[in-house]
Amino acid sequence: MSTEKPLFPPLLRRIGLRLGAALPALFCVILFTFIMMRVLPGDPAVYFASGPNAGQAEIQELRHRMGLDAPMLVQFLHYLENLATGDLGRSLTTGQSVAQDMHDRLPASLELTLTALAFSLLISLPLGLTSAWWSGSIYDQCVRAFCSACFCIPPFVSGILLVYVFYYWLGVAPDPTGRINIFLPQPPRVSGLLLIDSALAGDWTAWHEAAGQLVLPALTMALFVIAPLTRMTRAAVISVLGADYIRTARAMGLPTWRIMIVYTLRNALMPVLTTVGIVFSTMMGANVLVEKIFSWPGVASYALDALVSSDYAPVQGFILLMACLFILVNLVIDLLLGVLDPRVSVE
Amino acid sequence: MTMTDFMTRFRRPDIGRFVRRQPVAALAFAGLSAIVLLALLAPLISPYDPLASDVPHALLPPDRLHWFGTDELGRDVFSRILAAARLDLSIAVSAVAISLVAGVTVGCFCGYQGGWLDRVTGRIVDVLTAFPLFVMAMALVAVLGNSIANLIYATAIINFPFYIRIARSEVAARRNLGWVEAAHVSGTSPTRVVLMFLLPNILPTIVVQASLNLGWAILNAAGLSFLGLGIPVPTPEWGVMVANGAHFMSSGRWWLVVFPGGMLMVTILCFNLLGDGLRDLLDPRTRS
Amino acid sequence: MTKPLLSIRDLRVSFVSDRTHKDVLHGVSLSVERGKVLALVGESGSGKSVTGLTTMGLLPRQATVTGGSIRFRGEEITGHVPRSLRGAGIAMVFQNPRAALNPTRRIRDQLSDVIRAHGKVDRAGLQARLTELMHQVSITDATRCLNAYPHQLSGGLCQRIVIAMAVACSPDLIIADEPTTGLDVLTQKAAMDLLLRLTRERDMGMILVTHDLGMAAQYSDDVAVMRHGKIVERGTPEALFRSPRNDYTRQLVAACPTATSLLEAPEATVARQAAEPVPLLEVRSMVKEYQNGFRAVDDVSFVIRPGECLGLIGESGSGKSTISRLVSRLVDPEGGEILFNGTPISTIPAEAFYRASQRRQIQFVFQDAAGSLNPRYTAYRSIVDPLLRMGPVPDGEALRALVVRTACSVGLSEEMLERYPHQMSGGQCARVGIARAIIVSPDLLILDEPTAALDVLVQAEVLALLERLRRERGMSYLFVSHDLHVVRMLCDRAIILRRGRIVEAGRCDDIFRAPQSDYTASLLEAIPHFSPGASV
Repeated sequence: MSTEKPLFPPLLRRIGLRLGAALPALFCVILFTFIMMRVLPGDPAVYFASGPNAGQAEIQELRHRMGLDAPMLVQFLHYLENLATGDLGRSLTTGQSVAQDMHDRLPASLELTLTALAFSLLISLPLGLTSAWWSGSIYDQCVRAFCSACFCIPPFVSGILLVYVFYYWLGVAPDPTGRINIFLPQPPRVSGLLLIDSALAGDWTAWHEAAGQLVLPALTMALFVIAPLTRMTRAAVISVLGADYIRTARAMGLPTWRIMIVYTLRNALMPVLTTVGIVFSTMMGANVLVEKIFSWPGVASYALDALVSSDYAPVQGFILLMACLFILVNLVIDLLLGVLDPRVSVE
Repeated sequence: MTMTDFMTRFRRPDIGRFVRRQPVAALAFAGLSAIVLLALLAPLISPYDPLASDVPHALLPPDRLHWFGTDELGRDVFSRILAAARLDLSIAVSAVAISLVAGVTVGCFCGYQGGWLDRVTGRIVDVLTAFPLFVMAMALVAVLGNSIANLIYATAIINFPFYIRIARSEVAARRNLGWVEAAHVSGTSPTRVVLMFLLPNILPTIVVQASLNLGWAILNAAGLSFLGLGIPVPTPEWGVMVANGAHFMSSGRWWLVVFPGGMLMVTILCFNLLGDGLRDLLDPRTRS
Repeated sequence: MTKPLLSIRDLRVSFVSDRTHKDVLHGVSLSVERGKVLALVGESGSGKSVTGLTTMGLLPRQATVTGGSIRFRGEEITGHVPRSLRGAGIAMVFQNPRAALNPTRRIRDQLSDVIRAHGKVDRAGLQARLTELMHQVSITDATRCLNAYPHQLSGGLCQRIVIAMAVACSPDLIIADEPTTGLDVLTQKAAMDLLLRLTRERDMGMILVTHDLGMAAQYSDDVAVMRHGKIVERGTPEALFRSPRNDYTRQLVAACPTATSLLEAPEATVARQAAEPVPLLEVRSMVKEYQNGFRAVDDVSFVIRPGECLGLIGESGSGKSTISRLVSRLVDPEGGEILFNGTPISTIPAEAFYRASQRRQIQFVFQDAAGSLNPRYTAYRSIVDPLLRMGPVPDGEALRALVVRTACSVGLSEEMLERYPHQMSGGQCARVGIARAIIVSPDLLILDEPTAALDVLVQAEVLALLERLRRERGMSYLFVSHDLHVVRMLCDRAIILRRGRIVEAGRCDDIFRAPQSDYTASLLEAIPHFSPGASV
């Protein structure tokens, strides 16, 4: 069925509105990172000075050059200006600009998170749908127990145990160190996602290698979010099944598959989608733990390394990146909701 | 009088009925009680000093002397787990208490007042609950400095928006109900309406949320300390113990991860199951 | 004698859960013929809806048919209704039409789903069927409706769509389960007329499940009265309502407000006061505007004299509830004045009015009685609370005695006072709500549809109670209702509201005998009634 209404203006307006609504949150995050920078133990100028023996004058000079003696507000505006030009500062540990480091490492994190999300959806949606359909049965109880078990295993414990079982014990998983064997030729970078890049290059050895490395960390992360996704799916399906319009559909003699897919799943998908947004941000948090365990060269482990060595520019950059990613993901979900639910697009 | 009324109402589902209706939650409650008891009695019952190293007996597998084995410095894992239980539970309880009190206060106020303040708070809270707060907490501990107090604050901040949201929506949902309007007509002051009418009615929901959140708070605190944040070095803590043990997994010393990790799991599981059971019990739709 | 279209013999249904086994139908027998309408009448919980759902094979999982038989066109369908029969043989029209339609699917697709579920049709054939259906249910702008989502249509239009869906596959029997609940009086009439017309035209049978005796009388050929899962009496509407044989039917008929019914109240102990110079309440050009600029109340003025009962009549959205909240100072008006005993009270902001001396003089009885009681308060605490807040509080024993006395006067026994709202029936909750309002001896009682959620028998008792209390205590009432007959029984004067404005005001007798505005006339016309000779 085609829509008679023009599609774009309302869509664009909606994107604009959503981005506008996200701005205050983004501003709060920027303010937070700025304050964080300012209350840091130690003086950034001291770090940047030529050495531990740098004279007082040199440090003073540096402070002036870095604008650290200016009033707070001026410093903040300066900071905003830097952000606007994409300048996130320089990492002390890698010696590169933070923006460059992020650019190098973000695909690794994204590949991991997206694969984990795909895993968890593949497991959760069928589980939730079936356990709602047979709610109250033994099967439903088992699913519930499985979810409880998954939810209470911290990702850092499940990760270590998975490595122990599949790598040290059974020997079926590869060495949990990084994304791909460094001795193999890397596929040319297109998207930065190894699975896609190696597939594009037709290099299936690399693809298998990368996929093998990806399975355990992705599974670790997926296990952590299976419980909320399954429960949400189950609850949403149950509440839709109890709705009047499902009763109407049954009273009108619609085939069961149509009731199940077109009437139930379609309507249940909306609350599930909202949960996916929350789950995605939980995963971004859990990234830190999983990347540490699997020595995954992503942005989270980069930020963590920097954090441990009191190198704060990468941490700031990381938090801002997370905030932007989060806003983006929520925008996408919101637009999808608008597509799925005609009632949303009206207001 | 209201409070005692409320307490009797709340206690009315007697223990026998609770066990029959929610056997799993009752079991979880028993498990939690055992863990709390162990944590309280830790100094009395732990066989070794959790901090005393005994290098000749390092990395021993579980046996009769060391039930859960020993770590790389020869410290008894069982004693350390008991001491850690004390720490982890108190971190979780204090963090949840802080965020609960602060969140419910803000949430009740906003939910009852309504207006632009409420809308702004609502929007901010919606954004915050979906934000990767763990990352924020990480940075916070790193900046404020490695201490248990800062770990508690960071964990509390992670939970804070959830309490605002739940209190706000619960109060807002009831603000225009008949019995609240009736209270106004009866000449009840707004403060009294919130404290004596709304708060007792939303408290069960908050209690359920708190029970579920305790598990989550332990998970977050352990996660932070796993990363080396918040807990100073020799102090035993489950997350730290798992992090240390991870180095020895490659040589097959599974007990260094499995026991503290298992304790984490069991504790979180108990809190979650108890919360679920309480929710089912208090949900009027499942009440007969 | 033709063979009945549907015949139900000795149908028994139970709800079974882990611990309980509850019989809801104890041997129901009935039959429906082509072209005829059978009304199933009863109070809530009488099993009338369950009968309809069982016939349709749509019982919830925990319910089972434990005995009896259902035959449709001579075919046994008990316990298993073939899918081909649902929609094409028997169709159902539900209450609350908006919720009965899938919110995320266009009307066109939903109707097509039904048509396609019972046979193959090509695109052109489908379009033709849709157009024809729209025409049959008298929808004029068919294209817009077909392309719309349910939320974009009014409740009345949604109900027409649901009816179109029901007749889409030419069923022989339609089960209409409270088809007009949630619709306004005028829309209600249109939907019922449509259903009746289609039944007659297509020679279908119809089961009309309703709690409204008037509707049953006006639209059915045959009425079955249900109580506690049994049919207690059946017959033609004429016979049943003119000379009911069963006690229960007699009570129901007597309790149902009609154009002629009167309240049985004791002799007045306080005579109705003559008009006094100073009105108790005076409202002058009151305005309430919402943030989106919508005027819920637009320039409304009226007076209530001491001891008088003023009725406020309107459909949903007419602003009648808003007026009751404005007058009781729960919300602030945007304009106009409210004078109580000559003192302006609209100047005191709503959130500070709890301190005003007039608070105790203006009390309120809420629509949803059970929902207006704090779930954590016993009846005693609910009733005593206003006294504790606003005084004067008699000490110790006297306080309890006063509460018990008040409870007694509304017909609540002393042991009821220790119960919580969920342990009481709707009628008992309503009595607690009234006791709470009158314990502080108010001068003005605002009653916002106090009987709307009650069954007809309980409604009659509560109305009688209200009338007695008014006479005994000399209170004034502002009685808000959508039910014209109830207002006429209780009130001296009435105001008819429409879209926030007063369309007619005057003495009840005059309004009902000779309505001045067309709107009032159409309202009066639309009420289903069973006055002699009215049945079709």
